Amino acid sequence: MKRLVVLGGGTAGTMVVAKLAKKLDPKDWSITIVDQDNQHLYQPGLLLLPFGVYEVSDLLKARTQFFPPQVTFVRGEIDRVEPDANRVLMADGKLLDYDYLVVASGTTPRPDQTPGMDDPAIWHKSAFDFYTLDGSVALRDALAAFKGGRLVIHITEMPIKCPVAMLEFAFLADAYFEKRGIRKQVDITYVTPLEGAFTKPVSSAKLGGMLEARRIKLEPDFVIEQVDAEEKKLISMDEREVPFDLLVTVPLNMGADFVARSGMGDDLNYVAVDKETFLSKKWNNVFAVGDCSDIPASKAGSVAHFAIDLFAENFVDYVQGKPMHHKFDGHANCFIESGKGKGLLIDFNYTTEPLTGVFPLPVIGPMPLLKESRLNHMGKLAFRWIYWNMLLKGRKIPIPALMSMAGKRVEPVK
Amino acid sequence: MPVIEIAGRQVHVNEEGFLTEYDEWSEEIAGILAKQIDIDLTDAHWRCIRFLRDDFKTAGETATSRRVQNVGGIPVKEQFELFPKKPAKKMAYIAGLPKPKGCV
Repeated sequence: MKRLVVLGGGTAGTMVVAKLAKKLDPKDWSITIVDQDNQHLYQPGLLLLPFGVYEVSDLLKARTQFFPPQVTFVRGEIDRVEPDANRVLMADGKLLDYDYLVVASGTTPRPDQTPGMDDPAIWHKSAFDFYTLDGSVALRDALAAFKGGRLVIHITEMPIKCPVAMLEFAFLADAYFEKRGIRKQVDITYVTPLEGAFTKPVSSAKLGGMLEARRIKLEPDFVIEQVDAEEKKLISMDEREVPFDLLVTVPLNMGADFVARSGMGDDLNYVAVDKETFLSKKWNNVFAVGDCSDIPASKAGSVAHFAIDLFAENFVDYVQGKPMHHKFDGHANCFIESGKGKGLLIDFNYTTEPLTGVFPLPVIGPMPLLKESRLNHMGKLAFRWIYWNMLLKGRKIPIPALMSMAGKRVEPVK
Repeated sequence: MPVIEIAGRQVHVNEEGFLTEYDEWSEEIAGILAKQIDIDLTDAHWRCIRFLRDDFKTAGETATSRRVQNVGGIPVKEQFELFPKKPAKKMAYIAGLPKPKGCV
């Protein structure tokens, strides 16, 4: 009997067990998945919840309802992995021995890593993250109570979960305050450590233009030193100051602490893996998938989904001693909400930046790339159903795992 | 990849002027690259540059500002004083290394 242990029952871990349970013979394999709770959170919904699109109950389901019956769920906190001894130590003293380990423990916002950010005087009172359920709910209430002033939207440091989410938040906030009739009383500033609105030139120009059109100020190259909780301002390493009345921030994102305790992480607790196969650079029976790895791709469910399509097939070959013939290209496909019932779609990978054009088919699309449309917004809303009913259950969706150039235009946007 | 001449030597650079070949770099070239972005290299600057060069050899990628602080022991704040506005990018440029991952 071979033992596969998966650490983390989020988007990536759940897809891994859903796929592999179909491929590995239960007579020969035991599959165990570990998580500290039994609550699966639909993370893309955290962006929309503050604007009243979703209720908390829309975003939560039991993790166990997505695990195939032959998978054993172990609920508890992980103390550490001993990768040289092929075992996982749980905080309650339990031991999990494995033949193969898949780390899928994600990334988490860490406001404690920036001085002043999590000061109780401001945290979840006038300074919010939205990539936690508590943060998202607290932000919803703060937005509803906001009568005007300085709204600062801020990214601490890359990499972060879903890099486009903060731009979406900016667009949605603009539309939200306009709808409430107080847009003129709200001064919105977008503060980023990047050189522009986004990571790559074509999309950065397009998205930067969209900020400008909405009278949202851009403060680029801003590496934060601290938050002054008393005077409510961000202070950068080069001593620029950005005052706020309402701060929406993405704190530093870090991998799980047990990864660091296990000696498996880099400076931000991410596991070093081969970016095409997700095999650990150090241990030949350890993989890391989803946000917890150090691959240079967006930390997003869409990336995890494409990656795991390929990983599952590779894994079956690998355990039989065959070469892993699928090579992941960093494919990501993201809807970007732009407000007022519209959205954009971007499709890119390690080497091809987000371009204009149509998706998925040349000429007929039907979804326009890097351009606002109602259809893209509908796609974003439809995605929640696809997520719960197809992705987590390991069903195929009709988008290839590797990126295609079909329909993409390679000339720069004006 | 374009080839340019610095200090009488042919070196390969990318479209942003970053050296692409680790072994084509020299201390003399570093001084010239630094001048192009208005930096006079002091011992404190060299501490950062040498850390980046050594770390790249073992890690296989350019250290981020965070790594220069955590592993190299040079606080981010000090990096900003030495290499104003964009320390990670400027240090990599002078050290003849690719831009660190965080900047992509």
